[in-house]
Amino acid sequence: MKCVGKNVLRAEGEDKVTGRAKYIDDLSFPGMIYGHTVRSSVARGRILSVARDPAFDWGGFTLVDHRAIPPGGRNIVAMIVEDQPFLAVDEVRHREEPILLIAHADPERLAEAVAHIEVHYAPEPAVLDLEHATTVLKELTISKGDLEQGFAQADRVVEGSYFTGAQEQLYIEPNGVIAVPGVDGKSITVYGSMQCPYYVQRALRLLLGLDETQVRVVQTTTGGGFGGKEEYPSILAGHAALLACAAGRPVKMVYDRLEDLVATTKRHPARIRHRTGVQRDGTLVAMEIEVDLDGGAYVTLSPVVLSRASIHATGPYRAPHVRVRGRVLQTNTPPTGAFRGFGAPQSQFGIELHMDRIAEELGIDPVALRQKNLYASGDVTATGQRLDGSVSAHEVLERALQRHVKKKRPKKKDGLLRGTGVATFFHGSGFTGGGEVKLASRAGIELTPRNVRLLVGSTEIGQGTRTMHAQIVADTLAIPYEWVETADPDTARVPDSGPTVASRTCMVVGRILQRAALDLQQALGPYRTPDEFRRRSRKLLAKRPALQFIAQYDRPGDIRWDDATYQGDAYGAYAWGCNIADVEVDPITYQARCTRLTAVIDIGKAIHPLLACGQIEGGSLQAVGWALYEEVVMRDGRMANGQLTNYIIPTTLDTPEILVELVENPYPHGPFGAKGVGECPVDGPAAAILNAIRQATGVRLNAIPATPEKIMQAMDAR
Amino acid sequence: MKSPVRQFELLRPRTLREALTMLHNESGLVPLAGGTDLLVLMNAGTLPRGTHRFLDLWGLDELRSIRRTLIGRRPQLVFGALTTFTDCISSRTVLRDLPILAQAAREVGGPQIQNRGTLGGNIGNASPAADSLPVLRAADTELVLSSVAGERRIPLADYFTGYRTSVRRSDELITAIEVLVPPGKQSFRKVGTRAAQAISKVVLAAIGKRIALGSVAPTVVRATSVERYLAAGGSEFETARELLTDDIHPIDDIRSTAAYRLRVAQNLLGQLPTFQR
Amino acid sequence: MKITLTLNRKRRTVDVSPLERLLDTLRGALGLTGTKEGCGEGECGACTVLLDGKPVNSCLVPTAQCSGAAITTIEGLAPRGKLHKLQRAFLECGGAQCGICTPGMILAASALPDRPTREQIRTGLAGNLCRCTGYEKIYDAVGVALGTKK
Ligand SMILES: Cc1cc2nc3c(=O)[nH]c(=O)nc-3n(C[C@H](O)[C@H](O)[C@H](O)COP(=O)(O)OP(=O)(O)OC[C@H]3O[C@@H](n4cnc5c(N)ncnc54)[C@H](O)[C@@H]3O)c2cc1C
Ligand code: FES
Ligand code: FES
Repeated sequence: MKCVGKNVLRAEGEDKVTGRAKYIDDLSFPGMIYGHTVRSSVARGRILSVARDPAFDWGGFTLVDHRAIPPGGRNIVAMIVEDQPFLAVDEVRHREEPILLIAHADPERLAEAVAHIEVHYAPEPAVLDLEHATTVLKELTISKGDLEQGFAQADRVVEGSYFTGAQEQLYIEPNGVIAVPGVDGKSITVYGSMQCPYYVQRALRLLLGLDETQVRVVQTTTGGGFGGKEEYPSILAGHAALLACAAGRPVKMVYDRLEDLVATTKRHPARIRHRTGVQRDGTLVAMEIEVDLDGGAYVTLSPVVLSRASIHATGPYRAPHVRVRGRVLQTNTPPTGAFRGFGAPQSQFGIELHMDRIAEELGIDPVALRQKNLYASGDVTATGQRLDGSVSAHEVLERALQRHVKKKRPKKKDGLLRGTGVATFFHGSGFTGGGEVKLASRAGIELTPRNVRLLVGSTEIGQGTRTMHAQIVADTLAIPYEWVETADPDTARVPDSGPTVASRTCMVVGRILQRAALDLQQALGPYRTPDEFRRRSRKLLAKRPALQFIAQYDRPGDIRWDDATYQGDAYGAYAWGCNIADVEVDPITYQARCTRLTAVIDIGKAIHPLLACGQIEGGSLQAVGWALYEEVVMRDGRMANGQLTNYIIPTTLDTPEILVELVENPYPHGPFGAKGVGECPVDGPAAAILNAIRQATGVRLNAIPATPEKIMQAMDAR
Repeated sequence: MKSPVRQFELLRPRTLREALTMLHNESGLVPLAGGTDLLVLMNAGTLPRGTHRFLDLWGLDELRSIRRTLIGRRPQLVFGALTTFTDCISSRTVLRDLPILAQAAREVGGPQIQNRGTLGGNIGNASPAADSLPVLRAADTELVLSSVAGERRIPLADYFTGYRTSVRRSDELITAIEVLVPPGKQSFRKVGTRAAQAISKVVLAAIGKRIALGSVAPTVVRATSVERYLAAGGSEFETARELLTDDIHPIDDIRSTAAYRLRVAQNLLGQLPTFQR
Repeated sequence: MKITLTLNRKRRTVDVSPLERLLDTLRGALGLTGTKEGCGEGECGACTVLLDGKPVNSCLVPTAQCSGAAITTIEGLAPRGKLHKLQRAFLECGGAQCGICTPGMILAASALPDRPTREQIRTGLAGNLCRCTGYEKIYDAVGVALGTKK
């Protein structure tokens, strides 16, 4: 009967394959009208006027600007720093910044009206990219040992700079919400595509000056998120709520693809600099690293992206003397934000390219160089964390080498240049440092006469939350998987389990659910069979209807963290991974294709192996896209290629064969040993691919995407 | 933002005759075939100003055929304007006489686009990146333009007058595409943004020593200087490669660079059998 | 204008604006929201339906051009309450994650020949983007449903 480790049917799978699942755009409410956002057309400037064409018939329209924010509310998007308004007041700091909202019952009238609104600006000088940015939004330093002493011990110092571009999450369902005003005029419900209903609730409370009983947020079936629906939906929900309050009617706002591409968050562009002291035999003795991220116009989540990027900047390598300086710089571009991996893919791209460069300079095999320096149990990281149990850096590399070699391809004479590259990486599960303690997430179980129902704020966004949580609880209670159902993520029904991000939903929230299940078991008393479980629950329910067991996060073991010094246990556990990529470069067209990608990842325990593999395959392909195809072309501060025809993600024909192997090195404090899986797969492929291109062509690229245009330039410069 | 659809009108003729009459009687009618170009613009709100009224060609089955005749010893293929890419892929005639057209069609968009996109639309849209054009240009292609006044035949070479402009009068339809296939080895290579659903950065089609290129000039072009050089007995790739710079005029855009397009065009040229000895 | 078509084997007449997209007619007047919009530019394939048995992007098809035609959407692929073999295989093989691409993906796959090779599957699905799965589990699902040899 055990279901953990088995591929049970996805909980909401049937609704999805039959088309019955209702996404936000599939819903409609009586009296519903449609909203649209009027956005800035300059990258920086003062707003002089917002003019409506008097000749146009404005009857039936609802228009809202910052003045419509009710007294008691604040024009601030609740995030880390209070710098971003929901609606611009008198200045704009980036293209596509929201200025005015407009709604009408007929979406076609809406389209007509937008053409009759004109905003006039006094433009101001704008900083449009990282290269020119000087304003620092956040800075941090991680230090270990004594860098000078480290360099003194080195036989050689190797330097390198590496660049990654912005990347669009490109969930296939664009952002969308529906705001429904309460009849009392003092409450609001927002339905929508999102990862974090409680983030949205907090944002709406601050915006409207309401308390948590007055703001209800319900996640609808969500067509992908990848971080793109972590913080952004707060803004969209705020806009829809303002319109709904003003109109007194439900308001639907669903972005079209263009708006979603040009206006919402992207992965932070990054510049990573390395200066590394190595000994002749390849031992790393000093690592000096600078991580610079382009945060865009507002702070949003950049400080925490920076912290994850910086902590992962050393890669999974031991060095006695380390200094990482991380900075987020401001530019007048739409704010960058959460995207699967959260800074770690950028910084590990840097170190993984750099490792190959070091290997080359020393004349050592890149695999051997890695083997020499990879973390092992007992090693101490740059933040001073002692890694004990569940360190699989060596194992994933060995297994990837075995797996990859086994499938050797016969040599072909077709003129293509071939190469193979490797990358090893790690990824901390859960919030960084003291984040989980601060979140104090809660989740629980409700006993019903027929089954148990999970009350959890974590959202299903395709990754399999519902299925995996149900499995964990079913096995903990020793009852069938089918007996566990999940309440819809609705702030009126489920507790705040923290955001569905940071590879924490299984390891951290799954663990909380497991503890709630143990509480339930305690209340029931001992039982031997599922039937007995049911009898006992009914008895218990007869006495007390609607029985809920809510558990709260508790810090496992003796994890400690100091935010001021950036020292301590950065994460409770790490996933470990290795990618090997085969690449073909066509010397006629300079196109690089990844033909085969091996991904071996230690996730502690695969609660549902099929879902876990699916996470790894999907994440890997996103990274292949980032490495080779996906380029956000900015012109005057705006994405110029805001169409799927010009922002290129891989189709079936661009996809490598992806070979996945799971390693299960359990983490004692994760449910059944599980660690995070969602983000780790994105950390390695880009570097493995670029290292393979180097082998294939002899050219060293230090920036992605490695478009044919860039490869040609590099080959010419040889 | 999507254009409001309410503003649009659609005329639905049942026969070609009727269609031509409508075109003659009313101004500003835009022919609509598979819609794979026009509806993209409509959805993006970027249709040319004043485009409100469409003439639906999709029902005109008389424009849906592929016929083959022999002219002398050379096969001539006559395509109705509504021939879809899928039709080209599955036509045995095309596979035998003009396999590079089937190849080009196979590399258009994905199956959904191939099922709806037409040859007439590919030409009518007049994009320099249209993938069928280099193939048709490498062959001897004439377009049949019909109006109530009758038909006229225009060599494809004379059809385009510049970037997205042509000699087609607004009362005319492209009704047929007549392709006389010259002898010689055929080759086709599309270099796009990715392996499917891709807009071309460079396309090269060749039949014998006739070489046509797409996406490297305001319209599809023949590599005239190179061809002249080859006809005069030249066979040095280095020379041909230099001559090609006179024939094409690529630009920088959001998808690629002029330098890349030029180089890849040269490299593709070098792959032709003529230079592979 | 009034248009009569066969939708999921039933004759239906709808009153549409002349250039209304099939996608909007299906999701609006015909009340079938299983067909999704991911881009409105023919790129993503989320809006794929079968038009006279062939996959097309319903975001690029004017409903008026479907007069007399047969349309199949995800809702009509299998009889009510039953799963089509592709639907079952997508469910069992992990072919659907967030599910937004799934209806279109399944309809595109339904036009593949029996026992397709992996190459045929890839080519047949080249007009459908999926951002979640990396496509591997989709190939598996289609292979299982259509009897591809391992
Ligand atoms: C996702 C996607 C991918 C694509 N990929 C490719 C590709 O790889 N290669 C490629 O070449 N194209 C591609 N296209 C573009 C398009 O599919 C082709 O240009 C197609 O041939 C257009 O045919 P249609 O019948 O759909 O044209 P429509 O949209 O109906 O019409 C296009 C233009 O031609 C005019 N027109 C149509 N028929 C006639 C006629 N008989 N007489 C006069 N004028 C006429 C119309 O007025 C209009 O201006 C792609 C489009 C999309 C949406
Ligand atoms: S919505 Fe039609 S192809 Fe994307
Ligand atoms: S399952 Fe999410 S896009 Fe395919």
